Amino acid sequence: MNAITVSTLCVGGIGCVSALALAVADKFLSVKEDPRIGQVADLLPGANCGGCGFAGCADYAKAIVTGGAELNCCAPGGAEVAGKIAKCLGRDAVDVVKKVAVVMCGGDSTSAVRRFAYNGINDCAAANSTGGGDKGCTYGCLGYGSCARACPAGAIEIANGIARVVKSRCIGCGKCATVCPRKLIKLVPASETVHVRCSSKDKGPAVKKVCAKGCIGCRLCTKLGDPGAFSADGFLCARDYSQPLTKADDVIAKCPGHCITKDAD
Amino acid sequence: MKIINSPFHFKGGIHPQYHKDLGDREAIRELPLPAKLTVPMSMHLGAPAKPVVKVGDIVKAGQLIAEAGGFISAPVHAPAAGRVKSIDQTVTAPGRSCQAIVIETSPEQEWELMPPIPDWGSADPKTLLERIGAAGVVGMGGAGFPTKVKLSPPPNKPIDTIILNGAECEPYLTGDNRMMVEHADHIAVGAQIMRRILGAEKLRVAIEDNKPDAIEAMAKAFEGVDGDVAVVRLHTVYPQGSEKHQIYAVTGREVPRGGLPMDAGCVVENVSTVYAIYDAVVNGRPLTRRVIEVTGEGVAHPANLMAPFGVSYAEMIEACGGYVGKPAKLISGGPMMGFAQANGDIPCGKTTGGILVLPPREVSNFTSQACISCGRCVDACPMRLIPSELSQLIEAEDIDGAANISLMDCVECGCCAWVCPAHRPLVQHFRRGKAIVNAKRAAERAKQQEAAKK
Amino acid sequence: MNPEVNPNLLMVSSSPHAHSGASVRRIMLDVLIALTPAFSAACWFFRLNALRLTATCVLTCLATEWVCRKLMKRENSLGDLSAAVTGVLLAFNLPPELPTWMAVAGSVFAIAIAKQVFGGLGYNPFNPALAGRVFMLISFTGAMTTWSRANWSYKLAAAAQDAATAATSAAGGLADALTTATPLGMAKAVLKSGQAIPGFQPSLFTDFFFGANLNGCVGETCSIALLAGAVYLLARKVISWHIPVAYLATVFVYAWVLKICCPGSALPPMAHLLSGGLFLGAFFMATDMVTSPITKKGMLVFGIGCGVITMLIRTSKTGAYPEGVSFAILIMNSLTPLINRATRNRVFGAKKA
Repeated sequence: MNAITVSTLCVGGIGCVSALALAVADKFLSVKEDPRIGQVADLLPGANCGGCGFAGCADYAKAIVTGGAELNCCAPGGAEVAGKIAKCLGRDAVDVVKKVAVVMCGGDSTSAVRRFAYNGINDCAAANSTGGGDKGCTYGCLGYGSCARACPAGAIEIANGIARVVKSRCIGCGKCATVCPRKLIKLVPASETVHVRCSSKDKGPAVKKVCAKGCIGCRLCTKLGDPGAFSADGFLCARDYSQPLTKADDVIAKCPGHCITKDAD
Repeated sequence: MKIINSPFHFKGGIHPQYHKDLGDREAIRELPLPAKLTVPMSMHLGAPAKPVVKVGDIVKAGQLIAEAGGFISAPVHAPAAGRVKSIDQTVTAPGRSCQAIVIETSPEQEWELMPPIPDWGSADPKTLLERIGAAGVVGMGGAGFPTKVKLSPPPNKPIDTIILNGAECEPYLTGDNRMMVEHADHIAVGAQIMRRILGAEKLRVAIEDNKPDAIEAMAKAFEGVDGDVAVVRLHTVYPQGSEKHQIYAVTGREVPRGGLPMDAGCVVENVSTVYAIYDAVVNGRPLTRRVIEVTGEGVAHPANLMAPFGVSYAEMIEACGGYVGKPAKLISGGPMMGFAQANGDIPCGKTTGGILVLPPREVSNFTSQACISCGRCVDACPMRLIPSELSQLIEAEDIDGAANISLMDCVECGCCAWVCPAHRPLVQHFRRGKAIVNAKRAAERAKQQEAAKK
Repeated sequence: MNPEVNPNLLMVSSSPHAHSGASVRRIMLDVLIALTPAFSAACWFFRLNALRLTATCVLTCLATEWVCRKLMKRENSLGDLSAAVTGVLLAFNLPPELPTWMAVAGSVFAIAIAKQVFGGLGYNPFNPALAGRVFMLISFTGAMTTWSRANWSYKLAAAAQDAATAATSAAGGLADALTTATPLGMAKAVLKSGQAIPGFQPSLFTDFFFGANLNGCVGETCSIALLAGAVYLLARKVISWHIPVAYLATVFVYAWVLKICCPGSALPPMAHLLSGGLFLGAFFMATDMVTSPITKKGMLVFGIGCGVITMLIRTSKTGAYPEGVSFAILIMNSLTPLINRATRNRVFGAKKA
């Protein structure tokens, strides 16, 4: 027997023995699992974004089947996946509104001032706790990209000193909203395109001092827009997405704070 | 009285350039009273104080203007007589905002003092403790922990050693040194008041050996004081003023991980705080002012100023001749642990150790270079941690991994970042990691409490 | 870190606001300064060849580094001088007669494969210069183990000649190879031939120390020049004594024990200590910060490990290589993360184990 034969037999033998061991292990050590868990997991998008509040898609599938979790928690899957799962499990279909994230700050580096020169790690929470953040506005986006790094879909871009969500790529998992130290990111219905992109609760003059695109709390939008489409809380207005908005262009054109904008994409 | 050399030396630490000659010969002088004082309600650790005056009220100097907001809190007194102009928000040195009482000072200064306790040597310790609490005394070394709480350890933690912290290991800072040189007798009285409250047998004054004047003055002041009293001459090494390391240097005991000085039978109090204790008890004067040194190569005439709380950094710097050239960094406290400020519009408070102005040549940038594993941080860390590995784990978002190798033991002294040849912002990484761990732990606690309720 | 900072604003960062002034660039510069005595010695012994190889390696390393950073779209890192250090160290580890193109190939491997592929300085698990050298040793075995006869001084020590003669008589045709061998190569050949190693004259140690009459790689022959550089590095606190001392002591003790056990076939301990790449390896390569442990305890373990493996390779009868410093250090490099993990300090305030 030459060397080649010996080695072929050796390797082949090891392979056979291992295969046998695995087969035996599968037979005797396997854990019984509800087969529906696998089916549901297959239906989920498999992005493992964690937006549902569970540790990945498999965990959510298990929670749906064994823990009776709601079917509408999967933002990336949306109504389609929820419907399929409902069908698979024989449950009633649920209503899912597709949501996307929006950064409620429009103060980019051309319109918002910085108070000091920050020197430190590129992390928004860290920057925010170093001297209170370098942005003149204590509510505005710092632009150090923690949300972009948290995004499993690569849907957030940092440009001109500010974060922006690319709507077409957003899967609505909401991870960005949880990491933003200033809580600037809100999940809104994907069909909405007009937003008040400011989160400053400061009075008008204070806002004007630090940003050219800030809400001064004049409440003009609540008067010009459809009834209830905009609400005001103190010196900050916000879009109320439960009410329809038809007169968007007028509001956008006349907002003295230049903070109401329409999505480009 | 005896002067002893420090019997123990902790491992690690660094030898920075001290720059103390800028201000350590300048006698403490009184700052002329400014027209307006913005007195923050949060000049201590714990709950902010609650204002008890209204806008428009006329207040006397030393009058209570805000009461303690909880058990771990401290009251605030008017630093000067005048009229309450407004109650507004202000930003304090660490970058957090809090309420502040703005007082327009009047030309005539009338004081409202508490009744002095001249017979403190025979007074009830409880009375003394109450007085210290009522006078709003907090730790003036930096953390601002309410002194009354510190001086009331639980009965199962007996205190046998009181250490007066006169190390002042931060470069540039000279205020404590001047206090010891000029007010040694008063500090000695304050120390004896503390001893009466705690019933500790040993009294130690810990001073680094680069302050020979202070060592001499304190030794003289304690002459004739009975009991086991000594001045300990410490090696000049940063962070010798860190409580844990000072306790080790003086007693050879290590404060257990996650523990407090009282777990090692010690209470450490900064010398300026001890002076405040004396002032509160013997003179009945609440804590409304402190020595703040304005120093650094970026200031025209560095000085040690006795300043009322609420005066702004800008006014303090103006009183010292203003800036020389363009300042690069304005720091509240020392260069190792102080807080950099965006502008001088910040009010001084009980924990303002100093105001430091650095010119561009004294400032170095942090970078995002990779760690080259030189191990200098490992040698420098006085807590014996592995800063390089910790920072890499935190950068990789493995916060639990970092916590497993003792991230939470970091005291943020900055030795690691000072030696780092790659100029990595190590302390900032640790602060970030610790904040995440603390948030996680708080969330877990809240969850458990909720579960317990059910 | 944050490029567009307005110079009119005050700078705000996390503490500390003071710095020792140390920098990676300064450390690398110190290493280069420490290597100059050895470089001078190399130029004296090997003339233009030393200059040719050092220049080739340094320039190729710098160029490779620049190209790699460009391709990876990363910041240019020539300024930290680490590529230059790699170049010099690699050149020091090559036989003086090596063709230029081989030196180029080794330098490209050292920087591109052993360093930049992992992400650049700080991320490389192995010492780039040693990885480059081992790559060449395996790829160009012949050229990497051929030593120029021209430099083998006429003053060849009598003892060494004795050894050569002894080997010749035992193994016939070995003589040709031996006349151009390094002392360690010779010892290995003698060992393999089964002959006893004859006694060394004490005068030979002077040659070892000053490197005047020895064959070997460009930078490794002159122990005293390397020692001078090492003293500089120790004085500048660029390296600590732990790794070199542990390494050299282990080699010495191992050789000493061996000499006692089998006096016939073992070289004297001093010969082991002073010959081959041991000094260069112990002071300049094993102490490479990136690839060696960070705790002092770990450094001692690392040094001892290097010493043991070096001696195993040098004195094993079945092994092919006369010298084991490169392999020893590379093997210990791979264990560095484990050593770091196992040798953490006791945290201040933690219970004493």
